[in-house]
Order: sequence, then structure tokens, then C-alpha cells
Amino acid sequence: MTRRNETLAARIDARFGEQLERIASTCGELTYELDKDDLIQVATALRNEADFGFEMLVDVCGVDYLHYGIDEWTTNSATETGFSRGVEQQPVILDEADEFDPRRFAVVYHLLSIQNNVRLRLRAYTGTSNPPIVRSVVDIWNSANWFEREVFDLYGILFDGHPDLRRILTDYGFIGHPFRKDFPIMGNVEVSYDAEEGRVVYKPVTIEPRTLVPKVIRDDNRYSADLKEHSDG
Amino acid sequence: MAEIQSYTINFGPQHPAAHGVLRLILEIEGETIRKADPHIGLLHRATEKLAETKPYNQSIGYMDRLDYVSMMCNEHGYVMAIENLLGIEVPVRAQYIRVMFDEITRILNHLMWLGAHGLDIGAMTMFLYCFREREDLMDCYEAVSGTRMHATYYRPGGVYRDLPDTMPKYSDSKFRSKKQLDRMNLAREGTLLDFIEDFTNRFPGCVDEYETLLTDNRIWKQRTVNIGVVSPDRAMQLGFTGPMLRGSGVEWDLRKKQPYDVYDRLDFDIPVGVNGDCYDRYLVRVEEMRQSNRIVKQCVDWLRDNPGPVMLDDRKIAPPNRIEMKDDMESLIHHFKLFTEGYCVPEGESYAAIEHPKGEFGVYIISDGANKPYRVKIRAAGFAHLSAMSEMVEGHMLADVVAVIGTQDIVFGEVDR
Repeated sequence: MTRRNETLAARIDARFGEQLERIASTCGELTYELDKDDLIQVATALRNEADFGFEMLVDVCGVDYLHYGIDEWTTNSATETGFSRGVEQQPVILDEADEFDPRRFAVVYHLLSIQNNVRLRLRAYTGTSNPPIVRSVVDIWNSANWFEREVFDLYGILFDGHPDLRRILTDYGFIGHPFRKDFPIMGNVEVSYDAEEGRVVYKPVTIEPRTLVPKVIRDDNRYSADLKEHSDG
Repeated sequence: MAEIQSYTINFGPQHPAAHGVLRLILEIEGETIRKADPHIGLLHRATEKLAETKPYNQSIGYMDRLDYVSMMCNEHGYVMAIENLLGIEVPVRAQYIRVMFDEITRILNHLMWLGAHGLDIGAMTMFLYCFREREDLMDCYEAVSGTRMHATYYRPGGVYRDLPDTMPKYSDSKFRSKKQLDRMNLAREGTLLDFIEDFTNRFPGCVDEYETLLTDNRIWKQRTVNIGVVSPDRAMQLGFTGPMLRGSGVEWDLRKKQPYDVYDRLDFDIPVGVNGDCYDRYLVRVEEMRQSNRIVKQCVDWLRDNPGPVMLDDRKIAPPNRIEMKDDMESLIHHFKLFTEGYCVPEGESYAAIEHPKGEFGVYIISDGANKPYRVKIRAAGFAHLSAMSEMVEGHMLADVVAVIGTQDIVFGEVDR
């Protein structure tokens, strides 16, 4: 596996040079970042050129990097009010802002080459535009159709050139993009049956957010040497 | 006479042949399908988002509930991704146990598929036959994990506990005679491995029974041959994996091509179809059951002869046992830390793919070094298959929609997540 990966990495470096930037620290898997404007050109080459032959797009995945590397647990003393007190509720960031942090949203593509038996991961950040937008790869890999619809539904990332960009997983008439990190885990509305009106009604949620286990990031020296090695290499 | 125009009908979401909650908007002309628009998400539970708010180990149970007919395979993909990130090696006995239960799960899944697929297109008896064997396999699940379906048995670093020495028995009841009871308990006298071995000896005969009922059955062939044909190129283009891809003649199985755990030490074959129609996919899956049976048999033999640890001996990831915990302060601390905070996983990302009964099941985890995953993405095979629904049913009759849903082996737990 590793040898095949290295062969592929060498070919990618030779073919694409600066366009693709290799990312370290990914468990021996090949990960490259690219500019979203190069996406279509690179993807077409990866699919069609015999050296790469990635005939299958296995997955498309949206990522919201809003809280990346930010831990919730900063309190040192214990009290009896539970963990929630230690967790500062993140302020809701309105998506009406004109611009996003350029590294907030990313789309990750997992490619598989059956003829060469290798996998490859590509990541394209969507840049500052609101709503975030990237080019669709449906014409290159038809399997992208629903995967991109899912990313659009859950993250609100638009795919330019997609033939049928509708919501797919959420309810009819759903508002918001639930997998964004600033979307509350319990949602915004709750559904109940109103006997008087004789229909199902939507109301604002009544549940309080509660943290059972806070997110902590520990400096673990068992991994530090490992990480250093990766960043050097 | 008025000209017949195409019209739109709604199929599901509550329809016995929709395999759960599939809603299809079908555009039909007479009885011929012009276009199918599947509406999914009626079972969406945001598993991935829930997993992002919990320590790693607390989400294993969610994985069972994704594809709820192949529970342990889902767990396998998830724990493998965590193991990649942690960089840990699982004890070899645990790997064998995992492979054995993966294959038991594959048989479970294919039996469910065969029964439901048969029922959908007019073979009622199959359902009853298949559930007879499923019952035994469910008992294996129960013996090893305590539950019949949602096992939560795999853990990062191994499996929760070693295989039990006894098999639960049927108890006396006024509804069965002593003789019946003895017959039912006959295979349950020994250990779990004895029970599984007895099953593997019986099972090929059972598969022969299914094949007698279906393989040369005229009605079965009329309903499946040349229905939903997918060419190999289209199959790859549409992201098909597993039996859907192999049914089209592409020889691709992660267990052979990118072996994980101990699959490279086991002897088994990969069946491949020729025509890429529903009938070939049926043949592929039936043969897969036979091959899985072979693998289970080999695992049983190995597990008998090779006792050993089934969990990683690293207290930062695996909890100490209860006895140790009672008189060792260090163990108590480890236990407390693991069950309150969990363990932190080094920063990085990993995509772990396994050959799930339905196709490639992948779990992509991004970690920012915390005790919770930053992002979990579950790549469900059924999602890609269902997206090709429209293409597969186009030009077929309304009744063939049901055959195509069946052949895709759709389970909404994993499609909707």
C-alpha cells in the first residue's frame, strides 16, 4: 500500500507540481489540498490520465472548520453544577456576514482507482464567499450527484454546475444547514401535534443545551514525537 | 380516444416493499417508468453530528443503528478509523473474532436481503427459510454481546470481551415437549465456537435449499433476468461497490484488494457476475454466503487453538478489568478518566473502509486532538446505490421498481444516517 502511495505521490508531484499541496499527518493516507479554481482541471486529469485512473469517486464530504482546535473545558476547579458551567456557549455566528474565514469550509473528495488500487483524498477550501461555492464534479464522476446534494443540505455549500441541487436529508421546508458548527445540536424548532388546529405545528425548541462531556485537547507526549516527525517529513 | 399522457405517482414512504422509509416520486407512462425521484432523509438522525459531541467510544452504539441488519460491520469501520488515528495494533485473536463476526454479519445481512427480496417479488417461502437461519446467528450475537442486534461489541483496540464458554439454552415451556426442547438445545451444549461450527456444517445445506427454490425457478428468473442492467463502466461511474459492482463483472473486493485485519491469511473466493442484472447480483450474494461460511469455519478453527488477549494492553485506551480496579489506585484513575473524559486522539485524519455486506462502508474521521472527533463522515454504500435508482428503473415496468429496490439491498438506517 505504502509503496503504491509513494509511486502515486511522485507522479502527482511531477504532473501537478504547485497545484496540489501534500498534507502530512494523515495515517499514511495521501491527502492533497488544492485551490478550488483548479478543481475541475485536476479532477479531469486524475480521472482520465492513465497514470492516475481514478475512475471512482467514493465520497464527498463537507467540513466546517469553525471550532477546529478549540477546546471547551478551561475551568480548573470543580463545582456541583455539572460540566455545562465550564463550557462557554459558543455565540451564534450569523451567516449573513459578507465573508467567511477563507479556511472555514472545505469540501473533501475521496477518490479510488480500481485499476491501480490506490486511494487519494483531495481537499478544496471554499474561500471567503458567502454562500460558499465550488464547482461541481458531477460531469466527471456521476456519483457526485447525491453526495454534493448532501453537502449542500448539511453545510450550505453551493456546487456550481450541479444539475439538481436540492436538499436531500433534511425535512421539507427545513431552514438552516444543520452540520455547521454554529447550528445547535438540538436544532431550532420542535414538532408537535396540535389537537386544536388538527395538524402538526413547528415551535421554537424548549430544550436547554447541556454538555455531558466537555471537549478537551490534551498535549499527549506519546504523540508529540510522532507529530514532529510528520511535520518534518 | 384520448391520448395517454405520463403521470406522476407517489410510492411510499410507508410501503412494505420500500424497505423502510423510501419515498419515490415516479413519473410513469402507462406502466413504464420514465423517471424516478427518490426522496430520502425520513430516517435522518444526524448520527455524524451526534458523534461529534461525544467521546469516541460513546458513538460505537450509534454505528450499530446505521445499517441495522449488519451491525458489527458498521462498528468495524468506525473502530478501524480510530485505530488508524491512534496508531495502535489490535491483538491477533481480536482480529480473528472481528473477521468471524464480520462474516457472520454478512450472512445475516444476505439472509435478510434474500428473504425480503424474495418476498417483494413473490417468493414468500424464502422469508421463512431465511429467518430460521438468522435466528441462530442472532443467538451468536446475543451470546457474545448480550444483545441480539445492537451489539456494541467492537472497541478501539480489540473487542469488548472474549468469546463465552457456554451458549444460552432454550428453557422448558408448556408449548414444547421435552423431545423438542432437547433437539433445540442439542447444538448448544458446548461453547459458542461449537455452536458456530455446527452452524457452518449445516449452513451450506440451507443455501442449497434456497437455491432449489429460486435459482432455476421460472418466475424468479422472469422477475430478475435482464432487470436493472448496469454495465461495469457505469457501475464505477455511479460509485457502486460491493455486490452491486461485482454483479456487473468488476472484480473488486476490499477483503482481497486492500486486506484489513486477518483477511489476507484466510482462504476464500470472490464471486463475480457477468450481465450486471438482478439475477447476477442474486447469484453473487448467494455465493458470498457460501464463501463467508468458509471464512467463519477457518476462524473457528483458529480461535479454538489460539487463546490470547482480545483487547489492547494500553490503559490509556482500553479500560482495566474490574478486579484490577478494586485494589489498584492507578487502575481506578484510568477507569475514571476513560469513562468520564475518554481518550484524546492525535490530530490528523483517516478514512477507513471495510467490505461491508452492502458495499464499501467508509468512516472518515478528522481529529483536532480532542477527546471527541471533530468531524465524522460515514460513507454508506446504499446512498450511492440509491442515487442510481432512476437510471436503473428507467424504461422498466412499475413492478420492476420493487425488484430494483430489492437488488440494491437498501437499508434506510445507513442511507439516511
